[in-house]
Amino acid sequence: MPKTMLELKIVSSSYGAIEALKGVSLRIEQGEIVTLIGANGAGKSTTLRSITGLVPPVSGDILFEGQRLNALPTHKIVALGISMAPEGRAIFANLTVAENLELGAYLQPDAAQNERQMDRVITLFPRLAERWRQQGGTLSGGEQQMLAIGRALMSRPRLLLLDEPSLGLAPLLVHTIFAAIDAINKEGTTILLVEQNANAALKHSHRAYVLETGSIVMEGPSQQLANDPRVREAYLGEK
Amino acid sequence: MATFLQQLINGISQGSAYALIALGYTMVYGVLRLINFAHGDVYMFGAYMGFYLANNKWIQSNVGTSTAGAVVVMVGAMALSAGLGIVIERFAYRPGRSGARFTLAFWLGIVGAGIGHLVHPSLISLAIGALGGILVGVILEQTGLRPVRQNSRLSLLIIAIGVSLVLENGGQQVFGVDPKFFPQIISTTLWHVGELTIDSQKVIVLAVSILLMLLLNLFVKYTRTGKAMRAVSFNLDAARLMGINTDRIIALTFAIGSALAAAGGILVSLLYPKIDPLMGIMPGLKAFVAAVLGGIGNITGAMLGGLIVGMAEVMAVGYGQSTYRDAIAFIILILILLLKPAGIMGKGVVEKV
Repeated sequence: MPKTMLELKIVSSSYGAIEALKGVSLRIEQGEIVTLIGANGAGKSTTLRSITGLVPPVSGDILFEGQRLNALPTHKIVALGISMAPEGRAIFANLTVAENLELGAYLQPDAAQNERQMDRVITLFPRLAERWRQQGGTLSGGEQQMLAIGRALMSRPRLLLLDEPSLGLAPLLVHTIFAAIDAINKEGTTILLVEQNANAALKHSHRAYVLETGSIVMEGPSQQLANDPRVREAYLGEK
Repeated sequence: MATFLQQLINGISQGSAYALIALGYTMVYGVLRLINFAHGDVYMFGAYMGFYLANNKWIQSNVGTSTAGAVVVMVGAMALSAGLGIVIERFAYRPGRSGARFTLAFWLGIVGAGIGHLVHPSLISLAIGALGGILVGVILEQTGLRPVRQNSRLSLLIIAIGVSLVLENGGQQVFGVDPKFFPQIISTTLWHVGELTIDSQKVIVLAVSILLMLLLNLFVKYTRTGKAMRAVSFNLDAARLMGINTDRIIALTFAIGSALAAAGGILVSLLYPKIDPLMGIMPGLKAFVAAVLGGIGNITGAMLGGLIVGMAEVMAVGYGQSTYRDAIAFIILILILLLKPAGIMGKGVVEKV
Protein backbone atom coordinates (compact mmCIF):
# COMPACT_ATOMS: atom_id res chain seq x y z
CA MET A 1 0.00 0.00 0.00
CA PRO A 2 1.70 3.22 -1.13
CA LYS A 3 1.90 6.11 1.29
CA THR A 4 -0.03 9.29 0.46
CA MET A 5 2.31 12.26 0.35
CA LEU A 6 0.04 15.12 -0.63
CA GLU A 7 -3.72 15.32 -0.60
CA LEU A 8 -6.02 18.14 -1.66
CA LYS A 9 -9.60 17.88 -0.40
CA ILE A 10 -12.18 20.09 -2.15
CA VAL A 11 -9.78 23.04 -2.30
CA SER A 12 -11.06 26.40 -3.54
CA SER A 13 -8.86 29.42 -4.16
CA SER A 14 -9.52 32.84 -5.54
CA TYR A 15 -7.80 36.02 -6.64
CA GLY A 16 -10.04 38.72 -5.17
CA ALA A 17 -13.50 38.06 -6.59
CA ILE A 18 -12.29 35.61 -9.26
CA GLU A 19 -12.61 31.98 -8.21
CA ALA A 20 -9.69 30.11 -9.81
CA LEU A 21 -10.12 26.70 -8.12
CA LYS A 22 -13.56 25.28 -7.48
CA GLY A 23 -13.26 22.35 -5.13
CA VAL A 24 -10.19 20.54 -6.45
CA SER A 25 -9.41 17.13 -4.92
CA LEU A 26 -6.32 15.15 -5.78
CA ARG A 27 -3.71 12.94 -4.18
CA ILE A 28 -0.09 12.12 -4.80
CA GLU A 29 1.50 8.91 -3.54
CA GLN A 30 5.09 8.77 -2.44
CA GLY A 31 7.49 8.20 -5.34
CA GLU A 32 5.06 9.14 -8.09
CA ILE A 33 5.21 11.64 -10.90
CA VAL A 34 1.73 13.07 -11.15
CA THR A 35 0.86 15.51 -13.90
CA LEU A 36 -1.79 18.12 -14.05
CA ILE A 37 -2.80 19.07 -17.58
CA GLY A 38 -5.30 21.60 -18.85
CA ALA A 39 -5.77 24.69 -20.96
CA ASN A 40 -4.49 28.16 -20.09
CA GLY A 41 -6.40 29.58 -17.15
CA ALA A 42 -7.72 26.20 -16.04
CA GLY A 43 -6.16 26.67 -12.61
CA LYS A 44 -2.99 24.55 -12.94
CA SER A 45 -0.63 27.20 -11.61
CA THR A 46 -3.12 28.24 -8.96
CA THR A 47 -3.17 24.65 -7.69
CA LEU A 48 0.61 24.77 -7.19
CA ARG A 49 0.47 28.28 -5.70
CA SER A 50 -2.20 27.12 -3.24
CA ILE A 51 -0.09 24.15 -2.14
CA THR A 52 2.91 26.43 -1.45
CA GLY A 53 0.79 29.05 0.29
CA LEU A 54 1.43 31.81 -2.24
CA VAL A 55 -2.33 31.88 -2.78
CA PRO A 56 -3.81 30.64 0.48
CA PRO A 57 -6.92 28.55 -0.23
CA VAL A 58 -10.32 29.93 0.73
CA SER A 59 -11.73 26.54 1.72
CA GLY A 60 -10.86 22.85 1.73
CA ASP A 61 -7.82 21.07 3.12
CA ILE A 62 -4.29 20.63 1.86
CA LEU A 63 -2.49 17.83 3.67
CA PHE A 64 1.21 17.04 3.34
CA GLU A 65 2.08 13.75 5.02
CA GLY A 66 -1.00 14.28 7.16
CA GLN A 67 -0.14 17.84 8.21
CA ARG A 68 -2.51 20.64 7.23
CA LEU A 69 -0.77 23.32 5.17
CA ASN A 70 -3.62 25.81 4.70
CA ALA A 71 -2.72 28.35 7.37
CA LEU A 72 1.07 28.08 7.05
CA PRO A 73 3.21 30.81 5.46
CA THR A 74 5.23 29.75 2.40
CA HIS A 75 8.60 29.62 4.17
CA LYS A 76 7.24 27.11 6.70
CA ILE A 77 5.77 24.96 3.93
CA VAL A 78 9.16 24.92 2.21
CA ALA A 79 10.76 23.92 5.51
CA LEU A 80 8.47 20.84 5.61
CA GLY A 81 10.05 19.51 2.41
CA ILE A 82 8.09 20.99 -0.49
CA SER A 83 9.86 22.92 -3.18
CA MET A 84 8.69 24.60 -6.36
CA ALA A 85 10.17 25.77 -9.65
CA PRO A 86 7.62 28.45 -10.51
CA GLU A 87 6.10 29.39 -13.82
CA GLY A 88 8.34 31.71 -15.82
CA ARG A 89 11.34 30.31 -13.86
CA ALA A 90 11.61 33.42 -11.63
CA ILE A 91 15.40 33.30 -11.62
CA PHE A 92 17.05 36.02 -9.55
CA ALA A 93 18.47 37.80 -12.58
CA ASN A 94 20.74 40.06 -10.52
CA LEU A 95 22.37 37.13 -8.71
CA THR A 96 24.90 34.68 -10.10
CA VAL A 97 24.09 31.06 -10.89
CA ALA A 98 25.99 30.05 -7.74
CA GLU A 99 24.09 32.56 -5.59
CA ASN A 100 20.76 31.39 -7.01
CA LEU A 101 21.60 27.83 -5.97
CA GLU A 102 22.82 29.00 -2.55
CA LEU A 103 19.48 30.72 -1.96
CA GLY A 104 17.75 27.48 -2.83
CA ALA A 105 19.46 25.99 0.23
CA TYR A 106 18.52 29.02 2.37
CA LEU A 107 16.96 26.86 5.10
CA GLN A 108 19.65 24.17 5.03
CA PRO A 109 22.34 24.91 7.62
CA ASP A 110 24.67 22.01 6.78
CA ALA A 111 27.32 23.46 4.44
CA ALA A 112 28.88 20.09 3.56
CA GLN A 113 25.48 18.66 2.75
CA ASN A 114 24.70 21.67 0.54
CA GLU A 115 28.00 21.24 -1.24
CA ARG A 116 27.08 17.63 -2.07
CA GLN A 117 23.62 18.67 -3.23
CA MET A 118 25.18 21.30 -5.47
CA ASP A 119 27.35 18.59 -7.04
CA ARG A 120 24.23 16.54 -7.65
CA VAL A 121 22.56 19.48 -9.40
CA ILE A 122 25.64 19.99 -11.58
CA THR A 123 25.70 16.31 -12.49
CA LEU A 124 22.09 16.68 -13.54
CA PHE A 125 22.69 19.92 -15.47
CA PRO A 126 26.41 20.17 -16.40
CA ARG A 127 25.63 23.37 -18.32
CA LEU A 128 25.14 25.24 -15.04
CA ALA A 129 28.78 24.67 -14.09
CA GLU A 130 29.87 26.51 -17.25
CA ARG A 131 27.74 29.49 -16.26
CA TRP A 132 28.72 29.40 -12.57
CA ARG A 133 29.74 33.07 -12.05
CA GLN A 134 27.35 34.50 -14.61
CA GLN A 135 24.30 36.52 -13.58
CA GLY A 136 21.07 34.56 -13.79
CA GLY A 137 19.57 37.10 -16.17
CA THR A 138 22.19 36.40 -18.84
CA LEU A 139 21.23 32.72 -19.17
CA SER A 140 19.21 31.34 -22.07
CA GLY A 141 15.66 30.16 -21.48
CA GLY A 142 16.70 26.51 -21.24
CA GLU A 143 19.56 27.27 -18.88
CA GLN A 144 17.23 29.35 -16.71
CA GLN A 145 14.86 26.40 -16.51
CA MET A 146 17.73 24.13 -15.46
CA LEU A 147 18.68 26.69 -12.83
CA ALA A 148 15.09 26.97 -11.60
CA ILE A 149 14.83 23.20 -11.16
CA GLY A 150 18.34 22.99 -9.67
CA ARG A 151 17.55 25.78 -7.23
CA ALA A 152 14.35 24.02 -6.17
CA LEU A 153 16.35 20.82 -5.58
CA MET A 154 18.85 22.57 -3.28
CA SER A 155 16.48 22.34 -0.32
CA ARG A 156 16.46 18.55 -0.82
CA PRO A 157 12.65 18.42 -1.12
CA ARG A 158 10.58 15.28 -0.77
CA LEU A 159 7.94 16.80 -3.02
CA LEU A 160 8.94 18.86 -6.05
CA LEU A 161 6.40 21.04 -7.83
CA LEU A 162 7.21 21.99 -11.42
CA ASP A 163 5.19 24.65 -13.19
CA GLU A 164 5.41 24.45 -16.99
CA PRO A 165 9.08 23.44 -17.14
CA SER A 166 9.02 22.98 -20.92
CA LEU A 167 7.34 26.29 -21.74
CA GLY A 168 9.01 28.12 -24.62
CA LEU A 169 11.89 25.64 -25.00
CA ALA A 170 13.25 24.10 -28.19
CA PRO A 171 12.38 20.38 -28.66
CA LEU A 172 15.90 19.22 -27.82
CA LEU A 173 15.85 21.13 -24.52
CA VAL A 174 12.36 19.85 -23.73
CA HIS A 175 13.85 16.39 -24.03
CA THR A 176 16.73 17.31 -21.67
CA ILE A 177 14.34 18.72 -19.08
CA PHE A 178 12.05 15.69 -19.12
CA ALA A 179 15.03 13.34 -18.88
CA ALA A 180 16.11 15.28 -15.80
CA ILE A 181 12.61 15.00 -14.33
CA ASP A 182 12.76 11.23 -14.72
CA ALA A 183 16.21 11.14 -13.12
CA ILE A 184 15.13 13.26 -10.15
CA ASN A 185 12.17 10.98 -9.61
CA LYS A 186 14.32 7.84 -9.78
CA GLU A 187 16.47 9.27 -6.98
CA GLY A 188 13.37 9.29 -4.80
CA THR A 189 11.74 12.69 -5.15
CA THR A 190 7.99 12.76 -5.64
CA ILE A 191 6.94 15.19 -8.39
CA LEU A 192 3.82 17.12 -9.24
CA LEU A 193 4.18 18.36 -12.79
CA VAL A 194 2.02 21.04 -14.38
CA GLU A 195 2.26 21.11 -18.17
CA GLN A 196 0.63 22.46 -21.29
CA ASN A 197 2.73 19.99 -23.27
CA ALA A 198 0.28 17.18 -22.49
CA ASN A 199 1.99 14.74 -24.82
CA ALA A 200 5.32 14.76 -23.02
CA ALA A 201 3.73 15.13 -19.59
CA LEU A 202 1.59 12.01 -20.04
CA LYS A 203 4.58 10.09 -21.36
CA HIS A 204 6.74 10.96 -18.34
CA SER A 205 4.23 10.53 -15.51
CA HIS A 206 2.49 7.75 -13.64
CA ARG A 207 -0.90 9.33 -13.14
CA ALA A 208 -2.62 12.42 -14.46
CA TYR A 209 -5.43 14.83 -13.67
CA VAL A 210 -7.20 17.01 -16.22
CA LEU A 211 -8.23 20.44 -15.00
CA GLU A 212 -10.92 22.52 -16.70
CA THR A 213 -11.98 25.97 -15.44
CA GLY A 214 -11.00 25.23 -11.87
CA SER A 215 -12.35 21.68 -11.57
CA ILE A 216 -10.89 18.22 -12.08
CA VAL A 217 -12.79 16.63 -14.97
CA MET A 218 -10.77 13.46 -15.51
CA GLU A 219 -8.15 11.40 -13.72
CA GLY A 220 -6.36 8.12 -14.12
CA PRO A 221 -3.11 6.41 -15.08
CA SER A 222 -1.28 8.56 -17.62
CA GLN A 223 -1.16 5.88 -20.26
CA GLN A 224 -4.89 5.38 -20.02
CA LEU A 225 -5.58 9.11 -20.34
CA ALA A 226 -3.23 9.35 -23.30
CA ASN A 227 -5.44 6.87 -25.11
CA ASP A 228 -8.71 8.51 -24.09
CA PRO A 229 -10.44 10.00 -27.17
CA ARG A 230 -11.57 13.12 -25.29
CA VAL A 231 -8.04 13.83 -24.05
CA ARG A 232 -6.62 13.12 -27.48
CA GLU A 233 -8.96 15.62 -29.07
CA ALA A 234 -8.75 18.39 -26.48
CA TYR A 235 -5.10 18.20 -25.38
CA LEU A 236 -3.12 16.14 -27.83
CA GLY A 237 -4.31 17.99 -30.90
CA GLU A 238 -5.93 15.05 -32.67
CA LYS A 239 -9.27 14.99 -34.38
CA MET B 1 39.54 77.81 -8.49
CA ALA B 2 39.90 77.86 -4.73
CA THR B 3 36.25 78.77 -4.35
CA PHE B 4 35.29 75.96 -6.68
CA LEU B 5 37.29 73.40 -4.69
CA GLN B 6 35.75 74.78 -1.52
CA GLN B 7 32.27 74.33 -2.98
CA LEU B 8 33.21 70.86 -4.17
CA ILE B 9 34.08 69.83 -0.62
CA ASN B 10 30.86 71.32 0.68
CA GLY B 11 28.87 69.60 -2.04
CA ILE B 12 30.37 66.18 -1.46
CA SER B 13 29.75 66.33 2.25
CA GLN B 14 26.16 67.60 1.82
CA GLY B 15 25.58 65.02 -0.89
CA SER B 16 26.85 62.10 1.17
CA ALA B 17 24.31 62.98 3.86
CA TYR B 18 21.51 62.98 1.26
CA ALA B 19 22.85 59.67 -0.02
CA LEU B 20 22.47 58.11 3.44
CA ILE B 21 18.81 59.14 3.56
CA ALA B 22 18.21 58.16 -0.07
CA LEU B 23 19.40 54.62 0.71
CA GLY B 24 16.42 54.09 3.03
CA TYR B 25 13.96 55.17 0.35
CA THR B 26 15.51 52.99 -2.27
CA MET B 27 15.88 49.88 -0.08
CA VAL B 28 12.29 50.03 1.15
CA TYR B 29 11.10 50.64 -2.39
CA GLY B 30 13.15 47.63 -3.44
CA VAL B 31 11.37 45.21 -1.13
CA LEU B 32 7.88 46.76 -0.98
CA ARG B 33 7.51 48.92 -4.12
CA LEU B 34 6.48 51.65 -1.70
CA ILE B 35 7.78 55.18 -1.19
CA ASN B 36 8.00 55.45 2.56
CA PHE B 37 7.11 59.12 2.89
CA ALA B 38 7.66 58.91 6.63
CA HIS B 39 11.36 58.34 6.01
CA GLY B 40 12.31 62.03 6.30
CA ASP B 41 10.67 62.06 9.72
CA VAL B 42 12.76 59.09 10.81
CA TYR B 43 15.77 61.25 9.92
CA MET B 44 14.36 63.94 12.25
CA PHE B 45 13.76 61.32 14.95
CA GLY B 46 17.37 60.19 14.61
CA ALA B 47 18.66 63.72 15.08
CA TYR B 48 16.54 64.12 18.24
CA MET B 49 17.67 60.79 19.62
CA GLY B 50 21.25 61.97 19.06
CA PHE B 51 20.42 65.23 20.81
CA TYR B 52 18.99 63.50 23.90
CA LEU B 53 21.78 60.93 24.07
CA ALA B 54 24.44 63.63 23.76
CA ASN B 55 22.81 65.57 26.60
CA ASN B 56 22.36 62.50 28.75
CA LYS B 57 24.21 62.94 32.06
CA TRP B 58 25.10 59.27 32.38
CA ILE B 59 26.59 59.07 28.90
CA GLN B 60 28.47 62.33 29.44
CA SER B 61 29.99 61.17 32.69
CA ASN B 62 30.87 57.67 31.45
CA VAL B 63 32.28 58.26 28.03
CA GLY B 64 32.85 61.99 28.12
CA THR B 65 32.49 64.12 25.05
CA SER B 66 35.41 62.47 23.31
CA THR B 67 35.30 60.43 20.14
CA ALA B 68 34.03 57.46 22.12
CA GLY B 69 31.12 59.60 23.28
CA ALA B 70 30.32 60.63 19.73
CA VAL B 71 30.34 57.00 18.62
CA VAL B 72 27.99 56.04 21.47
CA VAL B 73 25.61 58.88 20.52
CA MET B 74 25.71 57.89 16.86
CA VAL B 75 25.26 54.15 17.34
CA GLY B 76 22.63 54.66 20.05
CA ALA B 77 20.55 56.98 17.88
CA MET B 78 20.87 54.60 14.94
CA ALA B 79 19.67 51.68 17.06
CA LEU B 80 16.70 53.63 18.46
CA SER B 81 15.72 54.76 14.96
CA ALA B 82 16.04 51.21 13.65
CA GLY B 83 13.53 50.32 16.36
CA LEU B 84 11.21 53.07 15.15
CA GLY B 85 11.52 51.73 11.60
CA ILE B 86 10.53 48.25 12.76
CA VAL B 87 7.56 49.65 14.70
CA ILE B 88 6.38 51.62 11.64
CA GLU B 89 6.64 48.53 9.44
CA ARG B 90 4.99 46.25 11.97
CA PHE B 91 2.07 48.44 12.96
CA ALA B 92 1.38 50.50 9.83
CA TYR B 93 2.64 48.91 6.64
CA ARG B 94 2.33 45.23 7.46
CA PRO B 95 -1.36 45.47 8.44
CA GLY B 96 -1.82 47.53 5.29
CA ARG B 97 -0.12 44.93 3.14
CA SER B 98 -2.06 42.01 4.54
CA GLY B 99 -5.30 43.95 4.33
CA ALA B 100 -6.05 43.82 8.06
CA ARG B 101 -9.46 45.30 8.86
CA PHE B 102 -9.73 49.01 9.63
CA THR B 103 -6.06 49.71 8.89
CA LEU B 104 -6.91 51.94 5.96
CA ALA B 105 -9.78 53.56 7.90
CA PHE B 106 -7.48 54.31 10.83
CA TRP B 107 -4.78 55.98 8.75
CA LEU B 108 -7.29 57.79 6.53
CA GLY B 109 -8.72 59.16 9.78
CA ILE B 110 -5.32 60.55 10.69
CA VAL B 111 -4.79 62.03 7.23
CA GLY B 112 -8.32 63.48 7.45
CA ALA B 113 -7.50 65.06 10.81
CA GLY B 114 -4.39 66.58 9.28
CA ILE B 115 -6.35 68.02 6.36
CA GLY B 116 -9.06 69.28 8.70
CA HIS B 117 -6.50 71.04 10.84
CA LEU B 118 -4.88 72.52 7.73
CA VAL B 119 -8.19 73.93 6.48
CA HIS B 120 -9.03 75.48 9.82
CA PRO B 121 -6.75 75.12 12.84
CA SER B 122 -9.27 74.15 15.48
CA LEU B 123 -10.17 71.00 17.36
CA ILE B 124 -13.59 70.85 15.73
CA SER B 125 -12.36 70.83 12.15
CA LEU B 126 -9.67 68.34 13.17
CA ALA B 127 -12.37 66.04 14.56
CA ILE B 128 -14.58 66.50 11.51
CA GLY B 129 -11.63 65.67 9.26
CA ALA B 130 -10.79 62.56 11.28
CA LEU B 131 -14.38 61.32 11.25
CA GLY B 132 -14.64 61.99 7.52
CA GLY B 133 -11.43 60.06 6.89
CA ILE B 134 -12.56 57.09 8.98
CA LEU B 135 -15.94 57.06 7.26
CA VAL B 136 -14.40 57.09 3.78
CA GLY B 137 -11.93 54.40 4.88
CA VAL B 138 -14.64 52.10 6.22
CA ILE B 139 -16.74 52.55 3.08
CA LEU B 140 -13.75 51.76 0.86
CA GLU B 141 -12.87 48.71 2.93
CA GLN B 142 -16.42 47.38 2.91
CA THR B 143 -17.08 47.89 -0.78
CA GLY B 144 -13.57 46.78 -1.71
CA LEU B 145 -13.32 49.04 -4.77
CA ARG B 146 -10.55 47.74 -6.96
CA PRO B 147 -8.22 50.77 -7.01
CA VAL B 148 -8.27 51.05 -3.23
CA ARG B 149 -8.21 47.42 -2.19
CA GLN B 150 -6.72 47.18 1.24
CA ASN B 151 -3.38 45.91 0.06
CA SER B 152 -3.17 48.26 -2.93
CA ARG B 153 -0.33 50.69 -3.40
CA LEU B 154 -2.74 53.60 -3.03
CA SER B 155 -3.75 52.54 0.46
CA LEU B 156 -0.09 52.00 1.40
CA LEU B 157 0.61 55.54 0.19
CA ILE B 158 -2.20 56.89 2.37
CA ILE B 159 -0.75 54.96 5.31
CA ALA B 160 2.69 56.47 4.58
CA ILE B 161 1.28 60.01 4.67
CA GLY B 162 -0.58 59.17 7.89
CA VAL B 163 2.57 57.83 9.56
CA SER B 164 4.45 60.95 8.49
CA LEU B 165 1.76 63.19 10.03
CA VAL B 166 1.88 61.19 13.27
CA LEU B 167 5.66 61.53 13.52
CA GLU B 168 5.71 65.25 12.72
CA ASN B 169 2.88 66.19 15.07
CA GLY B 170 3.94 63.67 17.68
CA GLY B 171 7.43 65.16 17.44
CA GLN B 172 6.04 68.63 18.07
CA GLN B 173 4.22 67.35 21.16
CA VAL B 174 7.07 65.31 22.60
CA PHE B 175 10.16 67.28 21.56
CA GLY B 176 8.52 70.73 21.61
CA VAL B 177 7.82 73.05 18.69
CA ASP B 178 10.82 75.30 19.28
CA PRO B 179 14.11 74.42 17.61
CA LYS B 180 16.88 72.91 19.72
CA PHE B 181 20.58 73.18 19.22
CA PHE B 182 22.50 70.02 18.54
CA PRO B 183 25.56 69.85 20.80
CA GLN B 184 29.03 69.71 19.29
CA ILE B 185 29.77 66.07 19.94
CA ILE B 186 33.07 66.39 18.09
CA SER B 187 35.13 69.53 18.28
CA THR B 188 35.83 71.41 15.08
CA THR B 189 39.28 71.95 13.67
CA LEU B 190 39.93 74.10 10.65
CA TRP B 191 42.67 72.97 8.33
CA HIS B 192 44.22 75.44 5.95
CA VAL B 193 45.51 73.90 2.76
CA GLY B 194 46.76 76.67 0.53
CA GLU B 195 43.79 78.96 0.00
CA LEU B 196 41.35 76.24 1.08
CA THR B 197 39.76 76.00 4.49
CA ILE B 198 38.70 72.49 5.35
CA ASP B 199 36.29 72.03 8.22
CA SER B 200 36.97 68.78 10.11
CA GLN B 201 33.22 68.28 10.59
CA LYS B 202 32.74 68.04 6.84
CA VAL B 203 35.50 65.46 6.61
CA ILE B 204 33.83 63.46 9.37
CA VAL B 205 30.46 63.62 7.61
CA LEU B 206 32.07 62.32 4.44
CA ALA B 207 34.15 59.64 6.16
CA VAL B 208 31.29 58.26 8.23
CA SER B 209 28.95 58.25 5.22
CA ILE B 210 31.46 56.37 3.10
CA LEU B 211 32.11 53.89 5.90
CA LEU B 212 28.39 53.18 6.38
CA MET B 213 27.77 52.80 2.65
CA LEU B 214 30.73 50.46 2.37
CA LEU B 215 29.42 48.33 5.24
CA LEU B 216 25.97 48.26 3.64
CA ASN B 217 27.42 47.15 0.32
CA LEU B 218 29.43 44.35 1.95
CA PHE B 219 26.36 43.25 3.89
CA VAL B 220 24.05 43.16 0.89
CA LYS B 221 26.61 41.51 -1.35
CA TYR B 222 28.15 38.84 0.80
CA THR B 223 25.97 37.84 3.75
CA ARG B 224 23.22 35.25 3.62
CA THR B 225 20.68 37.81 4.85
CA GLY B 226 21.92 40.38 2.34
CA LYS B 227 21.41 37.91 -0.47
CA ALA B 228 17.94 37.17 0.86
CA MET B 229 17.28 40.92 0.78
CA ARG B 230 18.30 41.11 -2.87
CA ALA B 231 16.12 38.10 -3.61
CA VAL B 232 13.12 39.72 -1.91
CA SER B 233 13.61 42.93 -3.84
CA PHE B 234 13.89 41.06 -7.12
CA ASN B 235 10.89 38.76 -6.76
CA LEU B 236 8.89 38.46 -3.55
CA ASP B 237 7.14 35.18 -4.39
CA ALA B 238 10.31 33.50 -5.63
CA ALA B 239 12.05 34.59 -2.41
CA ARG B 240 9.24 33.00 -0.38
CA LEU B 241 9.73 29.77 -2.31
CA MET B 242 13.38 29.70 -1.19
CA GLY B 243 12.08 29.48 2.37
CA ILE B 244 12.90 33.11 3.14
CA ASN B 245 10.72 34.66 5.83
CA THR B 246 9.99 37.73 3.74
CA ASP B 247 8.22 39.62 6.53
CA ARG B 248 11.39 39.45 8.59
CA ILE B 249 13.56 40.63 5.71
CA ILE B 250 11.18 43.53 5.09
CA ALA B 251 11.30 44.53 8.77
CA LEU B 252 15.08 44.34 8.66
CA THR B 253 15.14 46.54 5.57
CA PHE B 254 13.15 49.18 7.43
CA ALA B 255 15.52 48.88 10.39
CA ILE B 256 18.64 49.37 8.26
CA GLY B 257 17.12 52.20 6.23
CA SER B 258 16.02 53.97 9.41
CA ALA B 259 19.42 53.56 11.06
CA LEU B 260 21.08 55.11 8.00
CA ALA B 261 18.59 58.00 8.04
CA ALA B 262 19.39 58.57 11.72
CA ALA B 263 23.09 58.64 10.91
CA GLY B 264 22.30 61.20 8.22
CA GLY B 265 20.30 63.24 10.72
CA ILE B 266 23.18 63.39 13.18
CA LEU B 267 25.80 64.11 10.54
CA VAL B 268 23.79 66.98 9.07
CA SER B 269 23.23 68.28 12.61
CA LEU B 270 27.01 68.47 13.02
CA LEU B 271 27.06 70.94 10.12
CA TYR B 272 23.76 72.72 10.81
CA PRO B 273 23.03 72.27 14.51
CA LYS B 274 19.50 73.67 14.54
CA ILE B 275 16.99 70.83 14.84
CA ASP B 276 13.19 70.95 14.93
CA PRO B 277 10.36 68.42 14.49
CA LEU B 278 9.69 69.46 10.89
CA MET B 279 13.34 69.38 9.86
CA GLY B 280 12.91 66.06 8.05
CA ILE B 281 10.48 67.26 5.40
CA MET B 282 12.86 69.05 3.04
CA PRO B 283 15.89 66.69 3.29
CA GLY B 284 13.40 63.82 3.01
CA LEU B 285 12.04 65.16 -0.26
CA LYS B 286 15.51 65.90 -1.59
CA ALA B 287 16.74 62.43 -0.71
CA PHE B 288 13.66 61.03 -2.44
CA VAL B 289 14.68 62.98 -5.55
CA ALA B 290 18.19 61.55 -5.15
CA ALA B 291 16.79 58.00 -5.01
CA VAL B 292 14.67 58.58 -8.13
CA LEU B 293 17.61 60.21 -9.91
CA GLY B 294 19.85 57.24 -9.20
CA GLY B 295 17.15 54.76 -10.17
CA ILE B 296 14.76 53.83 -7.40
CA GLY B 297 15.48 50.41 -5.94
CA ASN B 298 19.16 50.63 -6.85
CA ILE B 299 21.56 51.04 -3.91
CA THR B 300 24.53 52.36 -5.89
CA GLY B 301 22.16 54.67 -7.73
CA ALA B 302 20.93 56.17 -4.46
CA MET B 303 24.50 56.98 -3.40
CA LEU B 304 25.25 58.57 -6.76
CA GLY B 305 21.93 60.45 -6.79
CA GLY B 306 22.59 61.82 -3.30
CA LEU B 307 25.97 63.15 -4.33
CA ILE B 308 24.58 64.78 -7.47
CA VAL B 309 21.69 66.45 -5.66
CA GLY B 310 23.94 67.69 -2.85
CA MET B 311 26.52 68.95 -5.30
CA ALA B 312 23.94 70.66 -7.52
CA GLU B 313 22.43 72.35 -4.49
CA VAL B 314 25.74 73.69 -3.17
CA MET B 315 26.83 74.84 -6.63
CA ALA B 316 23.48 76.57 -7.22
CA VAL B 317 23.91 78.47 -3.98
CA GLY B 318 27.57 79.21 -4.63
CA TYR B 319 27.33 80.36 -8.22
CA GLY B 320 23.66 81.16 -8.73
CA GLN B 321 20.92 82.41 -6.51
CA SER B 322 20.87 81.13 -2.94
CA THR B 323 17.07 81.39 -3.08
CA TYR B 324 17.13 78.43 -5.48
CA ARG B 325 18.66 76.26 -2.77
CA ASP B 326 15.50 74.21 -2.22
CA ALA B 327 14.24 74.44 -5.79
CA ILE B 328 17.24 72.80 -7.42
CA ALA B 329 16.29 69.27 -6.26
CA PHE B 330 12.86 69.61 -7.79
CA ILE B 331 14.27 70.94 -11.05
CA ILE B 332 16.40 67.79 -11.12
CA LEU B 333 13.29 65.68 -10.43
CA ILE B 334 11.40 67.26 -13.32
CA LEU B 335 14.37 66.80 -15.66
CA ILE B 336 14.93 63.17 -14.77
CA LEU B 337 11.23 62.35 -15.11
CA LEU B 338 11.24 63.96 -18.55
CA LEU B 339 14.52 62.53 -19.80
CA LYS B 340 15.13 59.17 -18.10
CA PRO B 341 12.29 58.21 -15.77
CA ALA B 342 13.99 54.96 -14.72
CA GLY B 343 16.92 56.95 -13.28
CA ILE B 344 20.63 56.83 -14.01
CA MET B 345 21.28 53.27 -12.82
CA GLY B 346 17.69 52.04 -13.09
CA LYS B 347 16.50 49.61 -15.68
CA GLY B 348 13.26 50.13 -17.51
CA VAL B 349 10.51 48.11 -15.94
CA VAL B 350 8.92 45.57 -18.23
CA GLU B 351 5.30 45.13 -17.33
CA LYS B 352 4.34 41.47 -17.34
CA VAL B 353 1.12 40.62 -19.10
